[in-house]
Formats: sequence, structure tokens, C-alpha cells
Amino acid sequence: MKPAIEVERLSKSFGKPTPALDDVSLTVGEGEMVALIGPSGSGKSTLLRHLSGLALGEREWTPGRVRVLGREVQDGGRLASGIRRTRCEIGFIFQQFNLVGRLPVLTNVLAGRLGTMPLWRSLPKAFTAAEKAEALAALARVGIAECAVQRASTLSGGQQQRAAIARALVQGARVILADEPIASLDPRSARTVMDTLAAINRRDGITVVVSLHQVDYARRYCPRTVALRDGRIVFDGPSAELTPALLERIYGAEVQEVLGEAAIEAAPQRLTADLAAFAGAQHVGALEARV
Amino acid sequence: MTPTLYEPPREAASSVPRPSPLKGSLLTTFGWALAAAVLVWSWQGAEIRPWALVTDGGNMAELAADFFPPDFSDWRFYLEQMVVTLQIAVWGTVLSIVCAVPFGLLSAENVAPWWVRQPVRRLMDALRAINEMVFAMIFVVAVGLGPFAGVLALFVHTTGVLAKLFSEAVEAIDPRPVEGIRATGAHPLEEIVYGVIPQVMPLWISYSLYRFESNVRSATVVGMVGAGGIGVVLWELIRGFYFAQTCAVILVIVATVSLLDIVSARLRKLAI
Ligand SMILES: Nc1ncnc2c1ncn2[C@@H]1O[C@H](COP(=O)(O)OP(=O)(O)OP(=O)(O)O)[C@@H](O)[C@H]1O
Ligand SMILES: [Mg+2]
Repeated sequence: MKPAIEVERLSKSFGKPTPALDDVSLTVGEGEMVALIGPSGSGKSTLLRHLSGLALGEREWTPGRVRVLGREVQDGGRLASGIRRTRCEIGFIFQQFNLVGRLPVLTNVLAGRLGTMPLWRSLPKAFTAAEKAEALAALARVGIAECAVQRASTLSGGQQQRAAIARALVQGARVILADEPIASLDPRSARTVMDTLAAINRRDGITVVVSLHQVDYARRYCPRTVALRDGRIVFDGPSAELTPALLERIYGAEVQEVLGEAAIEAAPQRLTADLAAFAGAQHVGALEARV
Repeated sequence: MTPTLYEPPREAASSVPRPSPLKGSLLTTFGWALAAAVLVWSWQGAEIRPWALVTDGGNMAELAADFFPPDFSDWRFYLEQMVVTLQIAVWGTVLSIVCAVPFGLLSAENVAPWWVRQPVRRLMDALRAINEMVFAMIFVVAVGLGPFAGVLALFVHTTGVLAKLFSEAVEAIDPRPVEGIRATGAHPLEEIVYGVIPQVMPLWISYSLYRFESNVRSATVVGMVGAGGIGVVLWELIRGFYFAQTCAVILVIVATVSLLDIVSARLRKLAI
């Protein structure tokens, strides 16, 4: 398997005593779908941002180096000169979607073309009919073609995230980095977005690295999981091997919070029980109807 | 960030150190004393003589009486010159917008590096610091009497003002959409056109309309130093002691400016 992402001894401190990334080395093969987990502040976003050169590693510490698809992204804290060419092949999905709210969805998706378009055509927004058709097809593939002419800010969170995925498709990305793409979505939209990412990975063979806060999503969608804690890789292996004991080591006290859906689905019953205790047994029927 | 349930911030209010009451009242007293000193000092500098209003009261009343009734016999000419004034304001504003876009972007912290930003900002500061009237006097010498000198004066001064306002709007944008564009491998210019401009457009339009309003007012004044439009007429009338006609011209100006303010306020609401 050819490597899609190679990280060598990457460190980042943000000028703080405890580093955000501490000597991280990692290789992801082409066509893999990898989950990146870890407690809040463990460095997941920071690592992903370094992979696309949106952040730069420390210069003094270890000679940190990132290569994607065989092309240099950064080396020793310096951005590679051909970075824009490399970014064209990396689709980045953000937790907050990062679409331009006042532009139509279609223009946001077409922005995926910017890296390979000449300026004289991109600055006046002169997209060809073929490019527009391709963007529409990408929107149809993620299931929101009917929203194409709306302003991006009028879409729901799940729809915005799918528009962001459509942008990565139009980009022709061969690697997709997704930073907590489902953290601000409800469970149904979350599943749709994860299904879309998994489909892209399997059908198009696109490498996907996705950071997740819920471990059960990692188990369900990603064969391999990398776990970070305090900026270090503390686990890298098959997601099936994530035992409760291991999770406890990764997350510490936070472990209950991230076990996810089992806990979430139990919530309505717990609420009913609490209400029953509060209102007295005879009203439970009426309360349940209202809840 | 991970979503967590909202928790009210604990101890935020109580842990802020407060100045002691004594220290606070001393500071306040000092502040008032300073303000009073500045007022007295400025009174002397400005040679304020309120009693002049009383002793010269008869004079003032006579002068006021000369203004009424206004003499509109030359109204065609006044309207013509008022239109010239509007034309000066239109071109002065449009040229300044064209220049304020690049200068505004180049003086924004999140767009330009410091070695570009600092010189551009200083240049804009200079343009803003010098009043339109001063520029008008200079341009009258350079390009001769007439409206074109007025256009240049408004253009140069307003460029400084709008560049500052534009750059403040740029500095207040949400950086995330711009990063989203950057992550696609876009050129820095594409980042600006796709990520920055759509975010600042409503504010930029609003500021431009506001400056147009204020340029119409300024255009009536730059005429007084010979830079064309109704200001020239006004100056000639005042100098010739034709107060009834002066009053008519002032009324024309007031009506036009009020009308424009209303229209422009409507347009600005539309932009946002
Ligand atoms: N721009 C920045 N400036 C200063 N410190 C930063 C910056 N970005 C991240 N950090 C710090 O780096 C550490 C790792 O942050 P990061 O956002 O990568 O964590 P994360 O694993 O993505 O957390 P979360 O699950 O909350 O998103 C944190 O301690 C954070 O405070
Ligand atoms: Mg994060």
C-alpha cells in the first residue's frame, strides 16, 4: 500500500509549556479510513491542520515533516513552496463547516475548483457550464441538489456539512481530512454525513482521516483508529481493539461522555423516570404523552 | 470545541479585583478637575465673549432681518449649481471607493503583512488628517478654478476615510470561511474575492453611501475656495452682502441635503 500521509516527528507548542503535538509520527496508506480520537485538547484539530499546512510545526524542536501523496507540505516548520498544488488534492472538512455564508451553495462548491483555475477566470467568478454541472452533480451525490441556489447560511448544519463534502469532491481531492465533522450535528445528520464520507472512501478510494468525539462512530465507520492524548499517539490499531480499559486510559475521567449513543439513547427513559419521581406515579401516563 | 451543556460561568463576577472606593473617588475628582481646566483654557484660546451677543444684539437682529424674505428670483441658476455640486460629490466618492478598496485591504491586519500595512496606514492617516478645504485650495492652484478641483479634493480626502472604514470591516470578519477557501489550494487573491469580500460587502456599501451623503455637504463648502458648484455662488453672494439671495441658496442646500439623507438611509438599510 502506498502511503497517502506521512508525518515524521511533528511537534507544536503554541508557546505553552505542555505541547499540543509532541513528537508525532504517523503513516496513513492510500484508501484507508482512519478515525482520530482523543479527549478535548489532545491535539486532534492541531494535527489535522498541520497535515494541510494551515498550521506550521515548531522550527527548533524535532525536524517535523509532513508529506501528503508524496508531496511535501511542511518541513522543519517551513511551508513547502508548492503547497497550493498539494492542497488541491486535500479536501478539508471543518467542524464549523467554514462555508461563505453570503455566497450561494453552488459558488461555495465551485470554490473547490479555485486551486486549478487561472485567476483571470476565477476572480470574475466565470465558471464554465461544465464546471457548474459537475458542482451540481456533487451536490446531488451528497443529497442536497435542491439547495444549490440558496445562500449557504440558510442551510441546516447537516446540509452545510454535506455542501462542504461536495466542495471536496469537486476539488477532486484524493485525501479528505475531516475535523469533527459531526460534532455540531444531530444524530441523524451525523449518520448521513458519516455515511457520505464512508461511501466516498469505499467507492472512490479516497483516503479519509476523520477526528471524532464519539468512539462508537469510530468503531462503526473506521477500520483503524489513532488515539491522541496530550499531543502524543497513545493508540494506533484496529478500531475493534478499543476495549473499555484502553478507552479509560485514553480518556481518563471523560470516558463516560464519549461512549456515545448508548448513553444518548438511554436519556429519554431517564428523563421520564425523573419526571415520574418528581410528579408522583399517577401522572406518568400524561407526562409521557407530553414528553 | 466539543459540545457541552451550558454552565453559567462560576465566580466570574466576584473574582474581578475592584479598585478601592477611596482610590476611585480620588480618580474621579482628578478627572473632573482636569476637564474643568481644559474648558477654561480653551475659553481663553477661543476668545469667547458671550456678552458680544448682547451688545451686538441689534446688529445681529438687523442682519437676520436682511435674510428674510428669501429672494428666489435666480432659482434656475441655484438649482443648476446645486446639480453641479452633486456631480462633484458623485465623482469624488466613486473615485475614492475605487482606491479605498485596495488601500483598505492593504491596511487590514488579517490581509497584509506589517511592512505593507504600516506605510499604507500612515499614508491614509495623512489623507484623512488634511481637510477637504485644504486639498481644494491646493487643487485650485494645480488644476485651476472649477468643479474638477472639488472632485480631486473630495476624492483624496475620502479615500483616506473610506480606506480606514473598509479595513476595519475587513479586520472584523469571521476567519473560518477564508480558511475554508484557503484549504482548497486557492490563490491569496481568490481568498479575498471569495472569502473576504462577500463578508464585508454590506458594510462597505453602507459606508460608501454614508460618505456620499457627507461629501454632498462637503461639496457645498469646497466651492467657497473656488472649487465649483453652489459653494462658489454662496461665497459670491455673502461677499456682496446679498443676504436675501444667500438665504435662498441656503434653503436650496438644506432641502437637497435632507432629501439625499433620506434616500441614502433607505438604501443603506437595503444593503444590510
Ligand atoms: N491557535 C492556537 N493558539 C494557542 N493554543 C492553541 C491553538 N490551537 C490549539 N491550541 C492548543 O493546543 C491544544 C490542542 O488543541 P486542539 O484544538 O488540537 O485539540 P482537540 O483535540 O482538537 O480538542 P477538541 O476535541 O476540543 O476539538 C490545546 O491545549 C489548545 O489550547
Ligand atoms: Mg478540535
